[in-house]
Parts: sequence; structure tokens; C-alpha cells
Amino acid sequence: MSKLISRRQLLAGIPAAGGLLLTGCRESRPPTYGSLFDLSNAVTFASQRLLLRKQPLAREFGRDRISKHFPAINTTNPSGLWYQIMRGSRFREWSLPVEGMVANPTELSLEDLKRLPSRTQVTQHNCEQGWSAIAEWTGVPLARVLQEVGTLPQARYVVFHTIDGWWDSLDMFDALHPQTLLAYGMNGGELPVPHGAPVRLRVERQLGYKNLKYLSRIELTDQLDDVEDGTGAVGAAYGYSWYAGI
Amino acid sequence: MRHKALVRATHWVNTLSFVALTVSGAAILVAHPRFYWGETGYFDTPAAFELPLKVNLDQTGWGRNVHFLAAWIAVANGLIYVVWGILSRHFQHQLLPARGQLAGYNFLQRLAYLGVVFGLFPLVILSGLTLSPAVTAAYPALFTLFGGRQSARTIHFIAADFLLLFLIIHVIMTIRSGFVKNIRSMIVSAEIVSNEVT
Repeated sequence: MSKLISRRQLLAGIPAAGGLLLTGCRESRPPTYGSLFDLSNAVTFASQRLLLRKQPLAREFGRDRISKHFPAINTTNPSGLWYQIMRGSRFREWSLPVEGMVANPTELSLEDLKRLPSRTQVTQHNCEQGWSAIAEWTGVPLARVLQEVGTLPQARYVVFHTIDGWWDSLDMFDALHPQTLLAYGMNGGELPVPHGAPVRLRVERQLGYKNLKYLSRIELTDQLDDVEDGTGAVGAAYGYSWYAGI
Repeated sequence: MRHKALVRATHWVNTLSFVALTVSGAAILVAHPRFYWGETGYFDTPAAFELPLKVNLDQTGWGRNVHFLAAWIAVANGLIYVVWGILSRHFQHQLLPARGQLAGYNFLQRLAYLGVVFGLFPLVILSGLTLSPAVTAAYPALFTLFGGRQSARTIHFIAADFLLLFLIIHVIMTIRSGFVKNIRSMIVSAEIVSNEVT
């Protein structure tokens, strides 16, 4: 044997090879790598991207299937003074900066978002804890907002920051999916505070923890190394994989 | 009983991944030890059954990571075993019930092994895939097959329980019919065993 390959190199090479083979695109590798778990998460990512290559929609239901008491977990009412002031004025002061690798960095108010063409979808929310519930979501497709601000061609990830200190990211494959919404309405009314008012993210082909509530800022970037701790999502610190297709 | 090298290798890879899947499955389960039938289910809806376990939300992260790593290994290992078993006629010779055959496994053993390989394993894999919002977006027919996301989760749990039951019976029978001899024949090559035995 002329060349020794360390186990680390081998493990790092397998997801890269898998990504290349299955998606034909090295760019769509998820950001968190380095452990054996990331290896299997990368295989999951690559194989699910292969299954989703034609961008199918997640199932949608009739309104009669909406769950009566859709659970609200984690933050259910952000405690900050500014949030409570905004809440008092029905989020008139709230605005969503969309910045980074965009042609026209913009701050969108709730009214601005509501003026854009909306999409309403009745979908199932699947929490990684094990429960699931159905709700109707109304909002602007993220793709429409990105069109509005003019995504630069080199942008690869959309990073989301929230009022309660969470952050997460999507790559363009999921960010541009028609069911990926900035949702301001739920079950026919305004998005309630326990569910992330004024605006939350809906990513219907991933698990609950990717669907951030209380959005405060959106940032487009070509790499995640400089964003927060560089892992791509707040959940990485707790062992949650960046890609949550299962 | 002599075992082919491929049977011995896949057996122990399967053992390790099965143990990892069981432990990590329990870690995932304790986040929500309630089971439902149909499409939805959460804290306020009636459960089909509920396990008397204390809810623990802190085991999900590592539990999911171990579960999916072990699942990939188990599936790849199982595919190798099944493809080899069909091509080499292993299943036909060793596991299909045969008339008047006295050697090898008896009728019930053969049925149990066939049920596990071609019944429970496919069931646990497919019901597990039905828990994936990505896989079901690509193959919504999985919902029709299992009657909804929560039904699939419940079936996944019950199928895993039957696999665990099989494992327990399997280990008991291994011990009762000569533990050292059985373990050795599943580790070392058949030739060495036959040399030592004869």
C-alpha cells in the first residue's frame, strides 16, 4: 500500500463522495462536519436530497383537519421589554432586516410582508419529540422575499435570527421551496404570540425545530463559518443535526 | 451448525447496530412516551397507550444521532445479507421450511427467522421512514400504507418491541443449546469448529 489514509480522512471523504455522487453538487454539503454522527447525517442529507430532487410539496390537508390545540413549546412569550412593547402595538414597530449577500438590503415591516403575494397551506408540524399536529399557515413564500431583495448569485445559505436568541439556516434548495414561508397568519387569524408572532418560519419538509418562531433578522451568506458559532444552527450545540429531514 | 463467513460478519454488525438502535430508540422515546393512532397526536389528544416513563427532553440530541448512524449501518448490512442470501440460495436452503428435513433449523425456527428478515425488518424500516417529513414528501403513499404519521410511529415502536422479543428468545435459546459452542460457531470459521468438534 503506497499511501496511508487516516480514518479521519476516510470518514471525511465518504460524505463528500456521497454528496458528489448523489446530488452532483459539492456546494450543498451541510455545514456541520467532523464526527461520525455528521457522517451519517450527511448520508441522510444526500439521500433525501436525491429523493426530493424534483422538489415535491409536503402534504397539504383540508381545513377540517386543523388540530384544535396546536402545542406551543420552548419560548411561548419572549420576555424582553422591546418585544412586549411591540406586542402591545400589534407589532407595528417590528421590522425584518434582510441583509448580507443581497442586491437591495431591506427592512420589511409586517405590512410590507402582507402586501406581498401570500400563500396559505394546511400542513402537519412534526416535532422531533414525537408529536405532530396540523395547522393552517399564511405567509409570504421566502422565495418571493428573496426575489424582492435580489439574492446575489454567490449566496448559498439563508440565516434566520430570532427575538428569543435562536438562529438557524437553510440552504437555497429548501429556502426557495414554494412551501417555505415567512408566516404571519395561523388558522385564519394573526399568528398568535405562543406560536411566534409576528412572523415565524415554516419549512414543511423538515422537523419542527427548523421552524423558528419570532423572526428578527434574515441574512444571506455564502458560508456559515462566521455566523454565530459557525455550526449553522443553534441546535448543533445540543446535538441536533443541521439538516432535519428526519 | 456451521455458518458462512458472510452470515457471521453480518450477524455481529447487526448485533451492534441493533443494540445501538434499541438504546437510542429509548432515548428518543422518553421525550414523548405517548402513542397515538392516525395522523396527529400531542399532549392534549387522547393517547392509544402511554408508557409509564418520566418525560426527558435532554436525550433526544444524541439519541437521534446514534439512531440514524446505527440505522444506516443496519440497513446497509441487511441489504448485503439479503442480496447474498438470495443469490447464494441461503434462504432457500436454510430458512424456507422444507419437507422431511431433519438437519438444520426446525420448522418454527425457520418461520421465526423468515418473519424477522422479511417481515419485521422491512416493517420497522418503512414505518421509520414514514416519520421523515422529507421522505414522505417524496413518497406520500407511505401514509396510506401506515394510516398516518402517528400510526407509523406506533407501528415502528411495536415492530421494534417484537424484534426485541425475538432477540431475547434468540439469546435464551443460544444459551440453552450450548452457549460457548454457539457463540464460537458464529465467530470463528466453520472449518476450525469442525476440526475441534471432530
